[in-house]
Amino acid sequence: MQLHTPTAAVALLGVALAAAGQAQAPAPASLAAPNWTVPRLADGKPDLQGIWTNKTITPFERPADLADKEFFTREEAEAYASRTLQRNNRDNRTDDVNDVLSAYNAFWWDSGTSLLPGFRTSIVVDPPNGRIPALTPARSAALAAQREAVRARCLEPGCAVANSGAPAPADEPQALDLMTRCISFGTVVPMLPSAYNNNYQIVQTAGAVAINTEMVHQVRRIPTDGKPHLPPNVRQWFGDPRGRWEGDTLVVESTNFKGEFFGRMAAADENLRVVERFTRVAPDVLLYRFTVEDPTAWTSPWSGEIPLTRIDGLLYEYACHEGNRGMENILRAARKEIAGAK
Amino acid sequence: MTSRLPRFVVALLALAASAAFAQPGGRSTRPNLSGIWQALGTANWDLEAHAAEAGPAPMLGALFVIPPGPGFVVGGAIPYLPAALAARQANRANRWTDDPELKCFMPGVPRANYLPYPFQIVQGTDKIMMTYEFADAVRIVHLDDPGEAPADSWMGWSIGRFDGDTLVVDVTAQRDDTWLDRSGNYHSNELHVVERYTLRSPDVLLYEATLEDPQVFSRPWTIRMPLYRRLDENAQLMELKCIPFAERALYDRIGAPPSGN
Repeated sequence: MQLHTPTAAVALLGVALAAAGQAQAPAPASLAAPNWTVPRLADGKPDLQGIWTNKTITPFERPADLADKEFFTREEAEAYASRTLQRNNRDNRTDDVNDVLSAYNAFWWDSGTSLLPGFRTSIVVDPPNGRIPALTPARSAALAAQREAVRARCLEPGCAVANSGAPAPADEPQALDLMTRCISFGTVVPMLPSAYNNNYQIVQTAGAVAINTEMVHQVRRIPTDGKPHLPPNVRQWFGDPRGRWEGDTLVVESTNFKGEFFGRMAAADENLRVVERFTRVAPDVLLYRFTVEDPTAWTSPWSGEIPLTRIDGLLYEYACHEGNRGMENILRAARKEIAGAK
Repeated sequence: MTSRLPRFVVALLALAASAAFAQPGGRSTRPNLSGIWQALGTANWDLEAHAAEAGPAPMLGALFVIPPGPGFVVGGAIPYLPAALAARQANRANRWTDDPELKCFMPGVPRANYLPYPFQIVQGTDKIMMTYEFADAVRIVHLDDPGEAPADSWMGWSIGRFDGDTLVVDVTAQRDDTWLDRSGNYHSNELHVVERYTLRSPDVLLYEATLEDPQVFSRPWTIRMPLYRRLDENAQLMELKCIPFAERALYDRIGAPPSGN
């Protein structure tokens, strides 16, 4: 087992990153490459282009047993990685129908074999305990009511176990989750790692930055030309991103979300605002920091940090909807069950 | 509004526009094709010359009719092999159920470029991203050598180079599931497209595509049309995530009808 660390990530604690004009805290010193200046494009902006990955075994939220520990030491990191890989390599088959959903292990996942550079114990960095803050009482009640409605509905035929692990209506496309429908795998904004295809390609020109999310080819076209957001009545699945440069950091603010999410953002609603910061701190490291604000969903804003690692190779097309036989079969089975019950 | 702008602002804008035209992209000799572009005309309805026709929904009257078009095929008709022409006719007869566009499938090349929606070119250093509003389709044009396509895909494998001021893109490895327009014009997975993009002015990009496919056509043939820069003040690519809109068309036919319908 080999821990991947970027070339420049040797112990450089104490070396401050020269990030003039940056409003936010500077990048962790251990990630910044010494004697390296960021390459720039003709418009003077840092060159963020390339293919970057966020695949990792770093936990999203800090595990309870690491309560106040923000960073692993190298030894702890190796031990944690080894335990995690062992667990992920288990044969999860139970030789029944549940295997379709639950037998996935490291053979199928592409989380890599290492913690993120810098050895943080969680992707969430704020609140300082590394855990997402509590939901507001109203949001919590609304989600509970949704779950109860689904539970009650699924006392009747026509449901199937969804990606959430619980039964959900499966006889209409709109009832299925966004991942099953190939709409969202929850990897776009913020850019969070998922089961596989954790790669992103950035292409950049004056006035625009495009980020192609390999997972089901969701492209973010981020204008950096200073134009305002869409009017508030216009809502999109992945919001309306606007970019600006603060010093050498690309800051992207997204609002105008439709309010339906998959995965780690599932609790958010239409008031979500995400601010992301991209700073290239080394040839192979693009530091990605994000803050999530949604006053009607969470009791306080929260933030995360992922040093993206440059990878060689190419991004390939991940078509999903075009071959969604799984969805056809889910619908067919549920509709058959309903017809049979009549 | 424009007429009320002070003279020097107009002059500055003109200067900026001409500078943008002359200004190189990633390399000093390359024109910069970045921007939001869109085809006009009816190529997506039918690449060949066609008269207006009724649309699929008579009760909607004059809405959603098939608009007429003088055609975009250089030399007139698409040179189909006889059997392929029959297949095209069959496609056309089933256009309202079989067109991959109605299924929200990625449109393939060249059709992606003349859908009735904008697309954005982001010209980077060694890669150009062409990103389309429709179906979140995207392709990377490799200006460096990516090697062979590993497999056929919906948007194909695009390798670009600049021939003087023209971006020439060689597109191979496309699946045979896409059509060329809403009239059933089609291709096999042996389709080879050579595209040429040439700035005719700061805001007009001449687009040519030569299509070669020995399974379907008797010889290579070319389409030609201008792509126009979207100059509206608020021009931007928005989400046209069509999956939810295509679900009834795709899945209502699956299994027994759902409850309540």
